Amino acid sequence: MTTLLEAVDLSKHFAVRRGLFSSSHAAVRAVDGVSFTIEAGKTLGIVGESGCGKTTTAKLVLGLEVPTGGTMRFEGTDLAALDTAGRRRYRRSVQAVFQDPFASLNPRMRVREIIAEPLITHERLEKAEVRKRIEALLDRTGLPSKAADLFPHEFSGGQRQRIAIARSLALSPSLVVLDEPVSALDVSIRAQILNLLRDLQSELGLAYLFIAHDLAAVAHMSHTIAVMYLGRIVEIGAASTVATAPRHPYTKALFAAALPSHPDEKREDIVLTGEVPSPLSPPSGCHFHPRCPSVMDRCRSEEPKLRQIDAVHAACHLYE
Amino acid sequence: MAPLLELRNLSTHYVSQRGTRVVKAVDGVSLALDAGETLGVVGESGSGKSTLALSILRLLPTAAANAGGEILFDGEDLLKKSAEEMRRIRGKRIAMILQDPMASLNPLFTVGDQVGEGLRVHEGTTKRRAWERATELLRAVRITAPETRVGEYPHQMSGGMRQRIVGAMAIACEPQLLIADEPTTSLDLTIQAQYLALLRDLQRDHGLGLIFITHNLGIVAKMCDRVAVMYGGRLVEFGPVRKIFDAPRHPYTRALLESIPRFGDSRQRLTAIGGQPPDLSALPLGCSFHPRCPDAVDQCRAEAPPETGVDAGHVSRCWVAPR
Repeated sequence: MTTLLEAVDLSKHFAVRRGLFSSSHAAVRAVDGVSFTIEAGKTLGIVGESGCGKTTTAKLVLGLEVPTGGTMRFEGTDLAALDTAGRRRYRRSVQAVFQDPFASLNPRMRVREIIAEPLITHERLEKAEVRKRIEALLDRTGLPSKAADLFPHEFSGGQRQRIAIARSLALSPSLVVLDEPVSALDVSIRAQILNLLRDLQSELGLAYLFIAHDLAAVAHMSHTIAVMYLGRIVEIGAASTVATAPRHPYTKALFAAALPSHPDEKREDIVLTGEVPSPLSPPSGCHFHPRCPSVMDRCRSEEPKLRQIDAVHAACHLYE
Repeated sequence: MAPLLELRNLSTHYVSQRGTRVVKAVDGVSLALDAGETLGVVGESGSGKSTLALSILRLLPTAAANAGGEILFDGEDLLKKSAEEMRRIRGKRIAMILQDPMASLNPLFTVGDQVGEGLRVHEGTTKRRAWERATELLRAVRITAPETRVGEYPHQMSGGMRQRIVGAMAIACEPQLLIADEPTTSLDLTIQAQYLALLRDLQRDHGLGLIFITHNLGIVAKMCDRVAVMYGGRLVEFGPVRKIFDAPRHPYTRALLESIPRFGDSRQRLTAIGGQPPDLSALPLGCSFHPRCPDAVDQCRAEAPPETGVDAGHVSRCWVAPR
C-alpha cells in the first residue's frame, strides 16, 4: 500500500475576539493535533458531531485553510515547502464534492462549462479534446451526453450530484474529498450515488476522504474510520472494527446512538448526558470527560494520547 | 375501542390560481392510530407526508383544499369543525413539533412565556402559575437549571435544547396526539438519541398517540409501532412495523429497505433504486412507482392499484404483489 497523504500533528486554531470591543483573543482549536494517513485507492472516513473539526480537516486537506501547526505530506512531499507550481499540481490532484449540489453548481453555467472549467484553468486543450473529455466524464458518471447543454436547474438532486462528481474527476485527481455527499439527497437516490462513488474508486483507483454523519454509510464506504471529538481524533482504525467493536467510550456512545436498521436490532443503550461543550473552552484533560460514563480522576487533568488498543488506536486512560 | 385518529380516504389537493392545475399531494389515504401508539409516516420529499400532517391540523396553505375523506379524531370529524373549534383543538388536544426549532420559537419572547402560552390561552391559567408550570415542563424535558433557563431567550440555547423546549410547548396542555415532522433532522446523533428517548418517556407517561413524519427508516425501526409508506401522494403500504421490515409487500418499501447501508453488511454495492422520485404535478399514469419498479407489468402503467389487505392491519397497493 502506498501512502498518498500523511498528516502529522495537524492543527488549525482560529483566533476569535472575546468581545465586540475587546482586543484580547481566544483560540478556537478547531483541529488540534490530528494525525492520519490516506492510502492510495482507499477511503478514510471521518465521523463526529458538529464542531468536532471534521469539515476543517477537509478544508486543510483541500488547501482551503492553512494549518497553524503540524505537517501534511502528499506523495512524500511536504505541502508547506511547495512552490507555486507545486501547489498548483497539488490542487489538481485533490478535488472535492460538497453536500448541497444546489449550492455547489453555478446556476448560470451549462453543465458543459461547469465540467470544462477545471480543464480550462489547468490544461491547455483543443476544443475537440475538451468535448471528448466532457462526454467521457458524463458517461462515466451515468449522465446522458445531452446533459452537457443543459443548466443545473434542469436536473434533480441526484443528477446534480453526478454533475458535481463529474467535475471533480475532470483533472483525474488521486484524492477526492467527499463532504456529506449524499445527505442532501432523497433516500432512494443515496444508494445510486454511493454505488457510483465505489465504482469510480475501483475503476480509477481514487482515494476518498469521506465525511458524513450517517455512520452506516461511512462504515459502508470506508476502509479506515477516524472518530473526532472537539478537534481531536479519539479513535482511529479499520472501519469494520471501529463500527462493531469500538474501544473509546465516545465511539461506543456514538455508534450506540446510530439508528437501527430493523426494529429487532438492539443496540447497547448508552444515552449521553449533556451536549458537546463549546470549542472555545474545551474541558481540561480528556475533552470527553464531562460526558463520559467511565470517567476517572486522571481524565480531568491528563490528556490521553492515542495508543494501540487491540486492533485500533484510541485515546483513553481506561486501557492503560 | 375506536382508534384515536382515523383517516378515511383523505385527499388534499393544491389547486393553481386559475384552477387549471391540480397537484394531488395527498390522494385517498386511509390509516388509523390508537392512543399510546406511534405511527411512522415515511416518504421522500414530495411524497405528501408533510401535507398529510398539515391536513390533520387543518393548517394548510390557502392554495390547498380538502378534496374528500374524513379525519376522525376521538370519533369526531375534524373536517367538520369550525375554525374556532379547531383553534381549541390545536395545541390543546393535538400538538405539533416541526423540524426547525428556531422557526417555531419567537426570538422576542422568553422561553417561559412561550412554553406557558398554551396554558394561558387554552386553560386560562394565570401568568404566574403558567410560569411555574413552564419551569416544571422544562425540567420534564430534562433541561438543566430550568429556573434560570425559563427566563432566557431562544438564542441563548443550543439546537438540542431548543428542540426540547419546543417539545415542552407541545406537551404543556397534555395533548392526546403529538405530530412530529422530522423532529431530529437538525440534531447531532447523540443529541438525537437523547431526544428520541425523551419523546418515548413522554409518550409512556402521558399515553400520547405519536406520529413521526420522517424520511429516515432508522427512526421508524427505533420508535414506531406502525408504518405508513407514502409515495407520490398515495399510501403504498401500511402495517405493523415488524411485518413491514420483515416482509415488505410493496416493491417500493422493499427497495427502500434494501438500499440502506447497514452495519456488518459486507455488500460491496447497495441495491439502488433507479430513476427519480416523481414530481407530484406530473405523476405517471397508473401506479406512480411503475417507472422505477422492477416488477411492473402493463396493468401498472394503466391503472392505479387499489388497497389490498395483506393480513390483519397490513395493507398494500400493488397489482403484482397484492397478497
